[in-house]
Parts: sequence; structure tokens; C-alpha cells
Amino acid sequence: MNTNIMIVGVGGQGTLLASRILGNCVLGEGYDVKVSEVHGMSQRGGSVVTYLKYGEKVYSPIIGKGEADVILAFEQLEALRALPYLKKGGKIIVNTQKIDPMPVITGAASYPEGILDTLEENADLTAVDAMDLASRAGNIKAVNVVLIGILAKTSEIPYEKWVETIRSTVPEKFLDVNLKAFDLGYSI
Amino acid sequence: MKKLMLGNAAIAQGAYEAGVRLVSSYPGTPSTEITENIVKYDEIFVEWAPNEKVAAEVAIGASIAGGRAMSCCKHVGLNVMADPVFTVSYIGSNGGLVFCVADDPGMHSSQNEQDSRHYAKAAKILMLEPSDSSECKEFTKIAYELSEKYDTPAFIRLSTRVSHSQSLVEIGTRANDEIKDYKKDIPKHVMMPAMAVKRHVLVEERTQKLIEYAENCPLNTIEDNGSKIGVITAGISYMYAKEALGDSVNYLKLGMVYPLPEKLIKDFAAKCDKVFVIEELDPFIEEHCNNIGVKVCGKKNFTLLGEYTPEMIAKVVLNKDGAERYELQSDIPARPPVLCPGCPHRATFYVLKKLGLTVSGDIGCYTLGAAAPLQSVDTTICMGASVSAAHGMAKIRGEEFNKKLVSVIGDSTFMHSGITGLVDIVYNKGANTVIILDNSITGMTGHQDNPTTGKTIRGEATKQTNLISLCKAVGVERVVVCDPFDVKAFEAVVKEETAADEPSVIIAQRPCALLKSVKYEGKCKIDQDKCKKCKKCMSIGCPAISVHDGTVSIDPSQCNGCGLCISICPFDAIVKE
Ligand SMILES: Cc1ncc(C[n+]2csc(CCOP(=O)(O)OP(=O)(O)O)c2C)c(N)n1
Repeated sequence: MNTNIMIVGVGGQGTLLASRILGNCVLGEGYDVKVSEVHGMSQRGGSVVTYLKYGEKVYSPIIGKGEADVILAFEQLEALRALPYLKKGGKIIVNTQKIDPMPVITGAASYPEGILDTLEENADLTAVDAMDLASRAGNIKAVNVVLIGILAKTSEIPYEKWVETIRSTVPEKFLDVNLKAFDLGYSI
Repeated sequence: MKKLMLGNAAIAQGAYEAGVRLVSSYPGTPSTEITENIVKYDEIFVEWAPNEKVAAEVAIGASIAGGRAMSCCKHVGLNVMADPVFTVSYIGSNGGLVFCVADDPGMHSSQNEQDSRHYAKAAKILMLEPSDSSECKEFTKIAYELSEKYDTPAFIRLSTRVSHSQSLVEIGTRANDEIKDYKKDIPKHVMMPAMAVKRHVLVEERTQKLIEYAENCPLNTIEDNGSKIGVITAGISYMYAKEALGDSVNYLKLGMVYPLPEKLIKDFAAKCDKVFVIEELDPFIEEHCNNIGVKVCGKKNFTLLGEYTPEMIAKVVLNKDGAERYELQSDIPARPPVLCPGCPHRATFYVLKKLGLTVSGDIGCYTLGAAAPLQSVDTTICMGASVSAAHGMAKIRGEEFNKKLVSVIGDSTFMHSGITGLVDIVYNKGANTVIILDNSITGMTGHQDNPTTGKTIRGEATKQTNLISLCKAVGVERVVVCDPFDVKAFEAVVKEETAADEPSVIIAQRPCALLKSVKYEGKCKIDQDKCKKCKKCMSIGCPAISVHDGTVSIDPSQCNGCGLCISICPFDAIVKE
């Protein structure tokens, strides 16, 4: 059975780095791995979705509706948008940050109320203010690594392996902040 | 050693291992990272050309000169490179010649959903289609062998999910990259009628030979699972089919999608009660099956639109429903892409909207000027069309209309194909105003250098096209440079230039907010005591500015401090922190 992880967020939030760390981490465990990313237009502040699948043999790089074991969401509305992809009883880790999309800013739509309640009712939910933790680690941009830390805690892959992967994936100059961010997430 | 690699990076690795000597491309999602990854290999000459036609011709020249060469583009880029491509089909190759073209089913980042396989058939050029990163690398190497063996260029067709998915690739070493001899060979290399007539005969013979190859080639594989249902498929659709149907059906996976085999398909189908063709976009394989008298289920059961999914395939072939899931209420707000906080294009569109101008648009980040709330752009067709289409509009609707009409075009797009439209305007007595949105980079496709940036793809300093001299040289006498963030001055310039009775160019100059060199001091903040809640600042569509319970606020995690909101606030209620 493959493990299916979806990473969702808003273009510019650093979802690609999260998927890179995850991909490299499971790769070392001897699995077949596929990661599907979105580049180009939708990266400009739009919804971004990354699929990560690993197991004995992975064919489609895409995760279908009702098939994700875990959804790692960088923003509330994007978590809700991804909810149909979650397996029954699957896990959602969500950053509680809200970012208004343009239709909300222009007043054409309103930001849905009670998203966390909906997520709670339909998933095994962990909701965290990852931005706060990231700023405690020293940089609000480290939200992605905080969330990876939370995910890491629930995985079978040992702590050391995650740290080693972060060391080899993140640029030297941001390493300290990212390791701190990872630990803050991991110790939740 | 196995590495997790993007399909595009694997193509680059394949090119490296195949001993490729030159790669010339123009960026375009989802093909861009092939060429960007070539930069890793010092042995290969790599460049961004000003457009796809030039890129293809550079690669053709390299091939004729004896080196293995490559040119990469997105599906619509193939339209631009089509002219040399159709004729190099007759010339063939000396050093192996490969064109990689990436389609975008679902239009994640494109203006149409065309299917490149038609080009392979129309230009009579073989086309391979990998389905994951490992095949990307292997097929690239095979493409070079076929190109040289059959004296033909070769296409590799990709799609978004192959180009932008990472999977495992076995890394190999570089083959012999010695260049072949160059011999003057007029009958082969000079395509004028007398020569081309003879070459065409060879092209048709070549296609027959390639069909024979297709019947037995290792790229076209059968997986017999003892089922009575058969699936004929290629590329990413094969992966979707395997995911959905597993070992419950037989597969004919076509690694070469042009030319297609006849006997192989007939023999495969003969063993099945029912055969499905699973292919995204057009019924290319399906029509071939129809032509050779093999009955298949195809587009009637699936769709011509967008991407396929394993769920869709399981439903059609096995009548199996997807997994249980939560259903969304339909009213959750979409999150379309937007101009970034600090984007210089925002200021330009703010002014154009304010002046009520008709805006002949083009392709780039600035296409987003058509989105709410700015909604300034009137048309978008293809790269370069903003300039030429405005000329047509002005000729139909006359002088008064033209005084309320501008073209907007990015620096990269202007160099790609905007300049020819400008030549047309000058030559044919137009009086249009063209605004070049010079943000010092090719933004939309993720920051590639271009002839106006003064840097090569390897980041080396080079001569820089001077846009002012260029526009003057084609005969535009009114050329003005202005910073769109200087809103008042910019507005005055636009008014003056549109009023002129001759062609004019405004170079709206301000670097892309995402460039590392761009830093604005401090973030913007609303002074709530001064704010009259007029919401004028909301009219520029900055994603950092929002209203909650009637209070306007600026999200510091998004604001980059560009200050555009400060300069348009009528009450001086926005300040730097
Ligand atoms: C023929 C063709 N080639 C490539 C593309 C992909 N593409 C879309 S916009 C663009 C360039 C945008 O750069 P620029 O004009 O400088 O505007 P910016 O995005 O920086 O505002 C490219 C390469 C395309 N749409 N059509």
C-alpha cells in the first residue's frame, strides 16, 4: 500500500521546499517515490498543490479524491479545498493562518467561516499557528519546515533522518533557523 | 545511483549522457526546466534564444555542423518554431537533432490546449513520449540514436505531469561527444524546389522504415495479463491506467507515438474482446486505430478536455466508483493567481484603468491585469499580438479610438515577437502607443534572462539590447522611459503619447518585485486615525491589503513595501512602519 501525502498552500508560501525535504527523506528509505509539483502561472499567489506518493511501486504521480493519507495545509481555505482528497479517517495538519484570496479582497466572495470545525469533523486534525512558531525560530518564512516537523513526528522515519535531510536540502545560511523551526514543530 | 528527478531534469541528464553539445531554447511552462538544468553541465553550450524559431534554427545549424543538438519549448512554442521544423524534416540530421515539446493538458499555465502530436504527423518527424522521469532520460538517448540512424530530427513529447513530476532515475555517464564531420552537401542542405522534390521522396521512405521499426521497437511494449480487455495508451495516461486498472487488463504502451505501428496494434486487439484507447487531448491514437480498421472505445467514453485521472479511467473501463470522500459546498472562493505584492505591472494597469483606455494585451505576468479588480486588459492572443492586433484595431476603428488604445507587452515578449509588429505600425502609417513593461526579467516562466537583461543563461555579463535605440531604429521617434511607480508622471506620459499623431513607445521601467536585487525599506501600514475607509487602496488588487469588519489592513507577511498604495491614498493614511 502506498502512502499519499498532499501539500497545499498559496503560491509563494514555500510548499516546494517542503515537498523537496519530504521527497529526499523518504527516498533514502528505499521506497519508490513520485512527487508532482506545480510550476508557472498558478504559483503567482494562486492555490498550489503538491502530491507526494511513496511505497513499493508508484504509478500515477497524482492523488485522487478520497486517497490522501495526510494533507499538510499551509492555509485554512486551502485545507478545506483539499478536504475531498482525504481518505476516510485521514490526517490533516493545518497552519491556522488565513490569507484572503482575490475574490474575497474584491468583495465578490467571503472567506468561509468555521473551517477548523469542518476539518475537525472530517479528519484527524492538528491545527497550529505555524507562523508564530516560525517567527519564534527566527523567520516567518520557515512555516514550511515547522509543518514538516509536525508531520515528521507522526511518521515512522526516525528524527535523525529528518534532520540529516534538512541539512542536505536547505541552504547553509538558513540552516539554523530551519533546524529550530523543525524542532518546534516536532515537539508539538 | 538513483536520484529523485523532475522529468525535465531527467531530459537534461539524458541529453548530457547522449553527448549533446548545444541546447538553444525559449522558456515556456512546462518545458523551461529542461534548459535550466542543462546549465549544470559545463560541456554543453546552452542559451536562451529570443524566440522558439531562432532556438530551433540554432539547433539545426549545430546539427548540420556535426554536433548533437536540442531545442525545447512548450506546445505553443512549437507553433513559432514550426517553419524551420517542417523543412528540417527534409534535411534530416548530421549530429542528432531533438526537439522537446511540452503539452499542457488542463492548461495549468497556457492559453490553449493544443495537442503536439499532430505536428509530428504533419511534419513527418518521429515522436517519442515518455511516461516518467526514468523514461525521460532513456527516451532522450534513444531519440538521438534514431535521429542519426534514420537521418531525421526527433520529437520528444512531454506533458505537465511528466515534466513536473519527480521520480527515480538511474544516473549514467556521458557518451562520446565528438562532433561528426561537416561536409558541404547542397542537395541535402539547400532546400530549394529541385532539391526538396528529391528529399521529399526520402522522407516518405523514411516514414515507411520507421513504421517497420515501430512494429518491433523496444519502446512499444505489450503487457499481457490474460485479460479480454485491452488498453492502448502512451505517456502519463499509461501511469493513470496502471494506477486505476492494475493487472486486470492487457496493455499496449506506445513509447513512440509517431509513426504508429499497424500490425502490432491489430495483433494486440485481436486477442481482446474490447479495446480502450486512453490518451489525453485529441483522439490521435484512436483515429489511427480507426484508419487501420481496429475498433476501439475512445473519446466517446472519455473527453477531449483537460487531464485524465485514474478515477475517470476506473469508472469508464471497470465501472468502478472512486473512494468515499467529503463533498465540498460549491461556494468556497477560488484562489486565482494574482500580480505579486510590489509588482510594477499593478501601477501600470492602475493608470490605464483610470484613463479608461482599451488595452491590447499580451502574454506574461501582466496578462493578470485582466483579472478583478483591475480588469484593465481587453485582449490576449499569443506572444507579440498586443502590438500587431492593436494596429488592426486602430485601422478599423479610426483615429479617435486609437487615442484611447494602448498595447502592453513585456520585455521578453517584445524581443520574442513584439518588434515585428512595431515595424508594421511604423511602415504602414499607424499611430499606436506601445507600452513595454520592462521589469528586467522574463517573469511569468520563473525568472529567465533575456536579451534586454545583460546576462546569459549562465549568469555571465553580455551585451544588452537597448530598447530605446531599437525602437528608434525601426522608425519610432517618440520613445519615453518612465517609472510606473511614479504614478503622476506615468499618467501624464500616457496621456501625452496616446494623444500624439504618430507611433510612440513608452518603456515602463521598474524591476520585478521578486528579483533579489529589489528591496524596499519598511512595510506599509494603515494609519487607522487617518483612514476614511474610501477603499481606494483596494482598487489596485494588492493581495496584502484586505478589509475585515470595515477596517482596512495590510498583512505584513505579504507586503513588500513597494509603496504604491501610499502614493494613491487620497488621505495620506498609509505610512511606512
Ligand atoms: C510562443 C510562446 N512561447 C512561450 C510562452 C511562455 N511564456 C508566457 S509569457 C512569457 C514571457 C513573459 O516575460 P515578459 O514578457 O518579460 O513579461 P513578465 O512575465 O516578466 O511580466 C513566456 C516565455 C508562450 N506563452 N508562448
